[in-house]
Parts: sequence; C-alpha cells; structure tokens
Amino acid sequence: MSDTVMLAHGAGGRQTAELIDTVFKAHFDNPHLTADDAAVLPRPAGPIAMTTDGFIVSPPFFPGGNIGKLSVCGTVNDLACMGARPLYLTCSFVIEEGFPLERLEQVVSAMSATAAEAGVEIVAGDTKVAGRGQVDNLFITTTGVGEVMPGTHLAGDAARPGDKVIVTGDIGRHGCTILLARDEFGIDADVTTDCAPLWGPVKAMLDTTSDVHVIRDATRGGVGTVLYEIAGESSVSVELDAEAVPVAPEVRGVCDMLGLDPLYLACEGTMVVFAPADVADDVVAALRATDHSHGAAVIGTVSADHPGKVIMRTSIGTRTLLPQPTGELLPRIC
Amino acid sequence: MTGAADKARAIIESYDGPALRIMEVCGTHTHEIFRLGIRGLLPPQVRLISGPGCPVCVTPPGFIDEAVMLGLEHDVTVCTFGDLVRVPGTDMSLAGARSKGARVQVVYSPLDAVDYARDHASEQVTFLSVGFETTTPANCLAVERADAAGLGNFSLLTANKTMPQAYQALKGSADAFLYPGHVCAITGTRAEEDLVGQGVSGVVCGFTAPEIMCALAIILRRSQEGRPFFANAYPRVVTREGNKGAQGLVARLMEPCDATWRGLGEIPGSGMRLRDAYAAYDARRKFDLPHVEGRSNPACRCGDVLRGACTPHDCPLFGKVCTPQHPVGACMVSGEGACSAYYQYGGEQL
Ligand code: SF4
Repeated sequence: MSDTVMLAHGAGGRQTAELIDTVFKAHFDNPHLTADDAAVLPRPAGPIAMTTDGFIVSPPFFPGGNIGKLSVCGTVNDLACMGARPLYLTCSFVIEEGFPLERLEQVVSAMSATAAEAGVEIVAGDTKVAGRGQVDNLFITTTGVGEVMPGTHLAGDAARPGDKVIVTGDIGRHGCTILLARDEFGIDADVTTDCAPLWGPVKAMLDTTSDVHVIRDATRGGVGTVLYEIAGESSVSVELDAEAVPVAPEVRGVCDMLGLDPLYLACEGTMVVFAPADVADDVVAALRATDHSHGAAVIGTVSADHPGKVIMRTSIGTRTLLPQPTGELLPRIC
Repeated sequence: MTGAADKARAIIESYDGPALRIMEVCGTHTHEIFRLGIRGLLPPQVRLISGPGCPVCVTPPGFIDEAVMLGLEHDVTVCTFGDLVRVPGTDMSLAGARSKGARVQVVYSPLDAVDYARDHASEQVTFLSVGFETTTPANCLAVERADAAGLGNFSLLTANKTMPQAYQALKGSADAFLYPGHVCAITGTRAEEDLVGQGVSGVVCGFTAPEIMCALAIILRRSQEGRPFFANAYPRVVTREGNKGAQGLVARLMEPCDATWRGLGEIPGSGMRLRDAYAAYDARRKFDLPHVEGRSNPACRCGDVLRGACTPHDCPLFGKVCTPQHPVGACMVSGEGACSAYYQYGGEQL
C-alpha cells in the first residue's frame, strides 16, 4: 500500500477495501460494525437523541488532540447536553489526496480511543477522497445516537430566575490552543486543548439531581456566546461574576497579549450548566469528583431583569454589559 | 485590591467639587473604562469624554480612498490591520475594494507585510501605516528592514499622528486629560509637562483598574487646586525621557507634517511622513497619488464624538442603522472606538 491517500482509495474498488480493512476496521472493530450497507442496532428503552456535526479544524493536529478526537467529543458532548447517554456513532471522511496514511492512522486511532472512553461504538462509516486543494487535509462528519436518561428535561429555554450558572472547568483552552497552533502570532505558550468526552460529568450531575435546567457545551463562540444564547432563549438575564470564571494562567496571558477575552474562545471539553440554587453546590461537588470536570465552579446567577442580556460584575464590583459576541469568530476551529 | 486603589476609589466616590470634564484620549482607556465599569463609580458632575485616541477612528475617509485607489488602480497588494478593512471611505471600504478584485491582506504587524513583500516579489505591497507614537516605531522598523533587504516592492501609506498637538486643539473640550500610557512610554512626558504652561492639565494613566482609578483620583484632587497640573500616575512604565531607541528610529526615518484628523480637521505638525531619503518607500510619492478630499456619511457624528461634543447616544444612527455588524462610521468599526464601546457595553444605562 502507498504511504499517502490516493484518489483510488475513494473509488470503491480494491484499494478502498484495503484502506477500510487496514485502517478503519482495524481500529473501530465492534460487533455492530459489519460490511453491510447499514448497522442494525437494538432499540434502547428510553427516548432517542440524535445529532450530527462536521469538523474542519485547521491545523488538524494540535497540542492535546487532533481532528479525530474532536470529531468524537463534539458529537458525544452534544448528546450529553441533552441528558443522553451516547450509544452509537457513524463517521464520514473527506480526505485530501496526498494526506499521509500514517497521519490518518493517528486520527482514526484517536477516534477509537475516545469512543472507547466515551462508551460509544462506531457502527458505520464512509470515505471519500477529494483532489488536492479541494479540502484542507481532511474533514470528518460524525452522527451520534444516544438514549435520554429518564426524568431529564434539559432545554435552552428552561433557565429560571434564581438559577446558578456553572462551568465544568476552566474556559477558552481549545480556542487558545488552535490560535497558537496556527503560528501566526509568534507566541509560545504551554496551552493544550480541553477536548474531552463529557458524558461522565453529565451523568455525575444527573445522578445527583434530575433538577438541572440547561446544559450546553461551549464550543464555537465560547462561554460568552452560550450565556447570550440561553439568556435569549429563556428570556432571562445572567449576572456573571468576572472574578469567579476559571481561566488557566497561560490562556489568560495569551489573551492579554492578543486583546482577546477567554469568554469568547471555544471550549471542547467544558460545558455551561444552569441549575436551581438549592442543588448548585451538590452539582459542583459531583462535577469536581469526576474526571474532565475537576475545575467546576459557579460563575453567575440568573435574574429576571434585563431579559436577553448578560451583565458582568467586574473585579472592582461595578456592573457592565458583557459585549455581545460579534460573530467574527475564528474560522475552522472545530 | 491594593490600599492605593481603595484610597483612590474613596476619593472618586466622595468627590463633591465642581463639574469636571475628563477626556480619556486613548481608545484602550475608553475600552477598559467601560469593561471595568468605572463610569459607574463617578459622581454625576464628573463626565468622562471619549477622545480621539483610536487610530482607526481619526483616520479620515480620504486615506481609505487612497488605499482603495492603490488596490484597484495601481494593482498594489494592500496590507493592513484588520480593523481598517471595514472603515467606510467616500465610495467604498477596503472590503468593498476586495470584492471588486483588489488584493487586501490582513496582517498582525508591519513586519509581516515586509515578509509578504519578500515572498511575493512580483507584487507591489503597501502597508497602511496608521497609529500614534506607539505604533510608528514598528512602521519605521519595517521600512528599515525592507531597505536592508533591498525590497523594491514595499512601501507605506502613512497616516501616522502625534498626540501633543491634538491636546492643544482639544483643550477647550475638556478640563483635564487622561494621557495615554502607551504613547508616553515611547515619547516620555516632556511634551505633556510643557502643556501645563499653556493651561492644559492631565495625568498619565496606566491600564489596570487600580491604575485608572488612581489617575482619576489625582485629577479630582488636583483640579480643586485651581491651577493647571501634570502628574505621571504610570511610573512603573513611563519615564520622563521615554524610549530613546524608538525615538531615534522614528527621527531617522520620519519628519513631522500637517495631518487631517477625522472630526478635528487639519492640525499643523500633528502627522509624520517618511523623509526624502526614504521617498522610495512612500506610496504617495512612489505611485504619484493625487490629493484626495474624502467625504464621510453626512449623518455620522463621529467628528463630534471624537471632540467630545456629543456622545454616541446623540447620533441618530447609533444602534439602529449603525452597529458593529454594519458600521456607518469609523468609531463603530474599531473595537477601541467610542461608538463601538458604548454599543458593546450598553453605555451608561445599566
Ligand atoms: S453611531 Fe455610527 S454613525 Fe453615529 S457617530 Fe458613531 S460611527 Fe458615526
């Protein structure tokens, strides 16, 4: 076999079969992944949650992860946000002609390791090869199915005045990592992505209480964008305590240098949770005792005034509006 | 918070003297003061006015027209900081020119533009050299590098400005200035000290919450003495002499000239241009650009905002027609502009 991906690998013939056998099957092996046209799966007891997401991150390899790990985490985390235990994934690859096979193996093995950690099986897949320059290295789309835990009613319009706002860890690390990995600023800093599968932390919360109102992962646009989304969908305001927002010192340093606010940098392993005040401490304690959410913290409170706005209590105790996200976010980040 | 900051805060909150207008000259101060909610600490008779210290905001539409002309008529690759791309010129912005085929390249430093010119020898490359004393040295360094590398395809379109002349032009608009700490770090403070003799008061200010509160407290205290005053409240960074290396670099390559400021008009001696010895790197001379008299949207009140004659809320377009997504004037484009700061942080309404 050649050591790069060639157009023939996507043509459906012998070379395609070889690529599937040596790379994909070798890593994704499980009883539901067969050579047939579709996976046939047992029906779960509860309602089904289903989601899909495309990943086109540039660069595809970065400190702490790669596009493969990201493509599994992104989709299982979307399921987890709805209180659904991730069960099955499908994945679709579009690979640029000339992409090194060794790198493809690294991507696929990261997917398989992350899927194992998240407790999902990859049950179907597809590979296409595009000509040079038609895609940037490789694009991955994953689709996920999960089983919604009984008794959960999570939704973006369910935040209520008095709720506490919780983040499951320090913020902005993925966005910061990608920025630095692009090498455009000449800044060296020891930052790794937070990319992680988060069903564990969500399960820990829901095992503690079913009275959680909203869970959303703070991917593109970061925590600030999520707060504005939820404030809008629930017609409430969020009072954010600037001092309470956990930010790694290296991320803070890079942001200060570049004039960025970590609140708008993407996270790939951090969620925003809205829960009633009387369960908030238990939720935080449960999160802190679980992998990938040891840094959980309460960062704000929901109120009925100024619906749709996010108000920040500053380090000197004054109040300002948190600027609305501008929409000029980094392209190709997740 | 430190003891000094607590004391400053107490002075600010208990001020019961006469009405006072304090102009924050620097766009970074405008932004930080909003971000930290410092306006919320001030008694009602103390007004903070956002001044002309955002380089993008004071750049007149004629400059954008020149850049558009370079891109569309002279086939030049225009390298610029991102903010300038969306600033409206008379007929179009650089974003508009790009959609008509001009090559507009966003860079993070003027040295990136030099690298671009080196890597694209077949293109003419012009960097849009805007900014105050803080950014001018880097622009000069870019020319020096290009010269050393023998790059015949690199040039600057200059709109560099210097602050002291602006303070004089603005002295009727404010009772005291918060002087820009970054500028003073380069220039030193002699010019500001000399302004005391002309009745202009001000305090050099840093950028953290304690530093800004201390500078404001000094202004409130000293303004009650009834005489013009100067103080350096940012001594950890700013010295009387400033950065001699940067000053020398600029003096070698550039000389003062008259400059047009959006909102303030022409201020004699308030600009910088390349000396004759570096004329080959001056895009105006290199491409023989005609004099351009640009026009802004007549409804936009940026000019009045920059002089402190009105607040963004007084502009009929503010927040309705003019938003950061669809800016009508320069003050809404730049993150440091007064209109954008008022829009993003909700002005004084919380
Ligand atoms: S709100 Fe817009 S149109 Fe009005 S002064 Fe500001 S920039 Fe100009």
